[in-house]
Amino acid sequence: MNAPREPGRMLIVDDNRVNRLLLTHALEQNGHRVSTAENGKIAMEMLRGKSYDVILLDIDMPVMNGFEVLEALLSDNELRDLPVVMTSASDELDRVVKCIEMGAEDYLVKPLNPILLRARVNASLEKKRLRDQQRKLFRTFATPEVAEQLLREGFSLGGKYVTASVMFADIRSFTSLSEKQEPTETIELLNNYFALMFDAITGNHGMVNQMEGDGMMAIFGAPVIEEHHCNHAARAALEMIDLLNAFNEQRAVQGKGQIKIGIGIATGRVIAGYTGTQHRATYTCVGDTVNIAARIEKYTKTAGRSVLIDRATHSSLSADFKTEDLGEVMFAGKEHAINIFAVSA
Amino acid sequence: MHFIDRATFDELKQISGEGFINELIDTFLDDAPRLFDELKSALAAGDADSFRRAAHSLKSNAATFGAGQLAELAKGLEGIGRESRLGETGDRLNVLNEALASVCDELRGLKS
Repeated sequence: MNAPREPGRMLIVDDNRVNRLLLTHALEQNGHRVSTAENGKIAMEMLRGKSYDVILLDIDMPVMNGFEVLEALLSDNELRDLPVVMTSASDELDRVVKCIEMGAEDYLVKPLNPILLRARVNASLEKKRLRDQQRKLFRTFATPEVAEQLLREGFSLGGKYVTASVMFADIRSFTSLSEKQEPTETIELLNNYFALMFDAITGNHGMVNQMEGDGMMAIFGAPVIEEHHCNHAARAALEMIDLLNAFNEQRAVQGKGQIKIGIGIATGRVIAGYTGTQHRATYTCVGDTVNIAARIEKYTKTAGRSVLIDRATHSSLSADFKTEDLGEVMFAGKEHAINIFAVSA
Repeated sequence: MHFIDRATFDELKQISGEGFINELIDTFLDDAPRLFDELKSALAAGDADSFRRAAHSLKSNAATFGAGQLAELAKGLEGIGRESRLGETGDRLNVLNEALASVCDELRGLKS
């Protein structure tokens, strides 16, 4: 038999010894590492102590049956994504349907067909690996809460219109700054800078979805829909400026150059979704709002202000933000002038 | 008369390999009397759920080895347990026991 690309850690849960033996043998032949449990309760204890890639779960078991195991898995943040393949007799397909509806990944009919077993286990294993990668990705780019919500609710936003606030932030005259210092120092500076900006953004329910050179793009109100995305984006921007001031004080003590940044925020409809491949995926936003946010950020240099927002963002801001109307600005290539507001602490 | 469908058994043997099929047969022979005892004591205690579960396991094991008649008998008992009609068991346990003995004999002969 062909071994899978990488062996998986399998957990077989079945009260029947013959079934356990047969499944163990077949999966080991396929190169997997196999553990077994004779009822759901033992399985749950094992699952909490060690990590597995796929569970093969019998329905009818004493102490804790397959339905109860599924329920326990689905209500557990850590175990919810674990693919479960139900193993059942051919005359209990109605119960298998219930399990699939509850969230089981797939099913196999006993007596087992080894070819189907291999195909379904490998498919589940592939899904598990993809989910692990997504989880890791989400945790890098979003708050743990956002990551968990995304994982729980899936990627239903894929390719949809959502109303969100888009933020662009850039270090002003970074190029001249970087030419005066060692490459390692530049990278260290960027890393410190991004760490601070990430804190301010994710701390205000935003998600950084792009970084390029010294610039970054963040989105508020997507992928997780939340009402106050304008306030959160503006709050994040002010916190970014605050953090940067503290960072600059520290740099001044060390005799290092000061950093100034520009932040532009626009609110409106964007097309949002996940793009990429199994091995690399990212949450992407496109549309006019993204374009406008980028233009507004560039305009901070001309305006000599740190944080600029468009009218749509401004009209949803709560009263405690200090803003100043800078009038209408015509950006090249745009049909309409954009009303720009400066935000200050 | 064969109590075990040879096509099913040969397929199982092919999947399992020579050494492992013996281990699998031994496990069946080991578990069968225990499952039958569970059926008897569940019937005596009026425990329909344990009765159903023991019948279910016997059915599953019989089907794995291609013992169709035994699987059908066990399936009948499983239904009796599920619907809590233990009073209707009649002499079905004896019939099952005979079929089980025949299957066990045949399996012993099939060990290589």
